[in-house]
Amino acid sequence: MSNSENKISYITLIKNGIFSENPIFRVALSLCPAVAVTSGVKNGFMMGIAVLFVQTMVNITVSIVRKFIHPKVRIPSYMFIIATWVTVTDLSMAAFVRDIYAQMGLYIKLIVAFAIILSRAELFASKQKIVPSFFDGIGNGIGFLFALVIIGFFRELLGKGSLWGFPIVDTKPLLIMILPTGGFFAVGLLMGLFNWIDMKFFGGGGASGGGH
Amino acid sequence: MEFGKLFELFIAAALINNFVFTRYLGLCIFFGVTKKMDTSIGMSVTFTSVMVISAALNWVIYKFIMIPLGLGFLEIVIFIGVVAGFVQAADTIMKKVSPALYYKLGIYLALITTNCIILAVPLLNVSEGYNFIESMFFGFGSGVGFSLAMIIMASIREKLEIADVPKAFQGLPISFIITGLIALAFLGFSGLITL
Repeated sequence: MSNSENKISYITLIKNGIFSENPIFRVALSLCPAVAVTSGVKNGFMMGIAVLFVQTMVNITVSIVRKFIHPKVRIPSYMFIIATWVTVTDLSMAAFVRDIYAQMGLYIKLIVAFAIILSRAELFASKQKIVPSFFDGIGNGIGFLFALVIIGFFRELLGKGSLWGFPIVDTKPLLIMILPTGGFFAVGLLMGLFNWIDMKFFGGGGASGGGH
Repeated sequence: MEFGKLFELFIAAALINNFVFTRYLGLCIFFGVTKKMDTSIGMSVTFTSVMVISAALNWVIYKFIMIPLGLGFLEIVIFIGVVAGFVQAADTIMKKVSPALYYKLGIYLALITTNCIILAVPLLNVSEGYNFIESMFFGFGSGVGFSLAMIIMASIREKLEIADVPKAFQGLPISFIITGLIALAFLGFSGLITL
């Protein structure tokens, strides 16, 4: 990307993160939180916010220091940058949103090992200026948030009959959806659905990344 | 420390709280390497040994360096640094000492740093307050549990190659659904031991 960048391509960057390169459904990176924290919309949302924050800050930081890091030690350096921002997020969440943190503290700490954050830092932010990196971070973060909220939506609605903790439908819930099994089912079915939409309406090849 | 308690800890880490099926960690590698049996066996061996050593290493560093200096809040940064450093060192040493083994397992070593489980084990060791031996057994149990999950999954996916799956579900989506079914089966272990 050259200096002739304009506003539109920033919007494209964000859109790529949400749809065509959605971290969970299309690129299939960082699947652990997709199952782990999505037993409710609220948890999925908070996790998404945490990832959005870390991803954006890491992209900016990597972009700023990209000229000072020797290529041979870049991966460990990125790991330390990520770990620093995760610590910031972890401690802030422990202070401000206690009840949610109590349920998913371990997973917040494990953001540090998310492949998506490292891969965006390596593939994008290490080669780009600060502003595009910022938008790339926002786009990918929102894509992540979007995926987690969708999965959380189905699992909470079917598994507990509620949304964001408020009861919605008054029937006997499908308990299986909030068990680990349900998480795997929900992700598998939604991923299949995304593939189907892609093949049917956009002529894509289907069969996403293959995982890592 | 009696042997019975360690055995319970091991079984609990490997079966009841299996990282893949009940804590949903390490899925990236789990889905990445289980396409073939050989790669998943190679990964299992590498993974279990790195897990035990990193659990021990991190326990020593936490107990003798971080606690005396009051650095507990830096656990994420330090643990990831220790794991990355150790993996890098293992990579270099293996290349020099045993090139044959390096060509077999070296590629998995590089993947391990971005695995959540390898970081989750030291973090859990700290929050559960395990001692040195317990930490190592917990790491070993987790490694064995992860290996078991990978080998089960690899054998199913090899059969899946010849199955007639709808096009939209080929690859990852169907693997997720199978994992869900195995996770359901693993729920059956939950009453085995009460810790």
